Amino acid sequence: MWKLLRCLAPAALLALGAGAASADSSKSYEIVDGGIPASLTGKPGDPAAGEEAMLNRKLGNCLACHAVTKLKNHPFHGEIGPALDGVADRYSEAQLRLILVNAKQVFDGTMMPAFYKSEGFTRVMDSFAGKSILTAKQVEDVLSYLSTFKEH
Amino acid sequence: MAFTTTVKRSVVGGVALALAGLGISASLAQDEESGRTNLPSIEGEKLLTRLKSPQGHPLKWVVSGFEFRTRDTQALQLDDFSNPAFLWVERGEEAWSTAEGEAGKSCESCHGDVEDSMKGVRAKMPKWSTDKNRPMPLEDKINQCRKERMGAEPWKWESDQMLGMTALIGLQSRGMPVNVNLEAGDMMAWWERGQKLYYTRMGQLDLACANCHEDNNGKYIRADLLSQGQTNGFPTYRLKWQKLGSLHRRFKGCMDQVRAKAYKRGSDEFVALEVYTAWRGSGLSVETPAVRQ
Ligand code: HEC
Ligand code: HEC
Repeated sequence: MWKLLRCLAPAALLALGAGAASADSSKSYEIVDGGIPASLTGKPGDPAAGEEAMLNRKLGNCLACHAVTKLKNHPFHGEIGPALDGVADRYSEAQLRLILVNAKQVFDGTMMPAFYKSEGFTRVMDSFAGKSILTAKQVEDVLSYLSTFKEH
Repeated sequence: MAFTTTVKRSVVGGVALALAGLGISASLAQDEESGRTNLPSIEGEKLLTRLKSPQGHPLKWVVSGFEFRTRDTQALQLDDFSNPAFLWVERGEEAWSTAEGEAGKSCESCHGDVEDSMKGVRAKMPKWSTDKNRPMPLEDKINQCRKERMGAEPWKWESDQMLGMTALIGLQSRGMPVNVNLEAGDMMAWWERGQKLYYTRMGQLDLACANCHEDNNGKYIRADLLSQGQTNGFPTYRLKWQKLGSLHRRFKGCMDQVRAKAYKRGSDEFVALEVYTAWRGSGLSVETPAVRQ
């Protein structure tokens, strides 16, 4: 069972004009069995860039809500979501990709923002209108870093 | 009143000293009704910072933002000489008796002693105005007097004058229970509008007030310990702002955080949200001017 989601092209053009603050969300992706099997960029991500995007408060800011033992040298880990240690043991890469792209498709009514969604919000600030929090590349980068969160 | 104008501090030095001092002058009081010890108090005035919610309330306990702050921050609030907000209270006291505008009147000309005439006023805000056919926050009430009775220019919402006056008037209700009257006029319609806003997810982060302040209070979001987002301490001195700030400034800050286009200070939306959030904090002691991180 799968669904096809499409995000429209104009958002990408807008994002280019507006500088680096936020991302385009122009590419379509396929959800297959509760995950997104294919890379959003067609390429594997860069784990070092992923770590940076996770930490950056203007990008993933994942530590706002999650604790990560690996990143203990960075202060102030939030308590809103579960700790991410061992998360790659619990989910497949495809599932993790969908959690990042739009966690609401996986956890009904969750607090976790959709990181690769650019439309369908209420009263978005002008500077972020039509943009997603992360770019396709940044999603893949974060994902490649998350894939190293293994305990077994 | 705990603080008197006879004690003056130098503006900068006073705050620095106060911050360094951190002496807790608060005594631990006992609350007869709940039998609870450790109620904070300021100059002998007890503050009720936690109470069991009435039936139908969305929270089990109604808890003041005070309880979520560190001891150091609490200590600043519990000692009027350490609390930097009193610099604004002093300004408010001065303005209270200064004649301004075409009518040549001051607040004092009509209201007399602030300690008597303004006692309990803040606890009931926002209050229904039959005249304006809407609820009015304290800021609007003050500007109504300035315009209609004094013939003076209205103050800007976030100006030092307005903050000083709302702090001074708010202080006269300190320790009294928040008690907004929803039976007057169309207050319930405004309450409902506020409730709707409170539960609406907004911005690129797609979060509602309730996500943070109802579902997750007591948890850390990065370095911040989430409170219930209660309004009983406003205007509040925020260490991060290094300034006193209005409730609507705080609302805006929360909307900015989720990357939502904030409403304007004094807008119908923020007034509705103020009516609703004040109701959520019913029974908490007014703490104006509180200190937060
Ligand atoms: C505003 C809060 C918030 C932010 C920011 C956030 N998350 Fe989450 N996340 C959650 C919550 C809450 C859950 C639990 C899902 C639910 O609602 O049941 C969750 C679940 C997850 C899960 C599944 C964990 C498990 O063990 O089930 C992963 C993986 C995850 N988040 C990764 C991330 C990454 C990576 C980022 C940053 C790019 C991030 N999250 C940012 C709140 C957040
Ligand atoms: C992403 C999380 C988040 C959202 C959503 C949010 N807030 Fe807040 N809010 C905070 C944080 C963090 C603070 C500072 C710590 C605290 O007092 O809770 C705060 C503080 C407050 C305070 C000050 C409380 C005090 O005691 O001084 C009020 C009032 C408030 N929020 C109201 C709101 C309202 C109304 C909304 C919706 C328009 C809202 N918040 C949405 C995170 C949020």
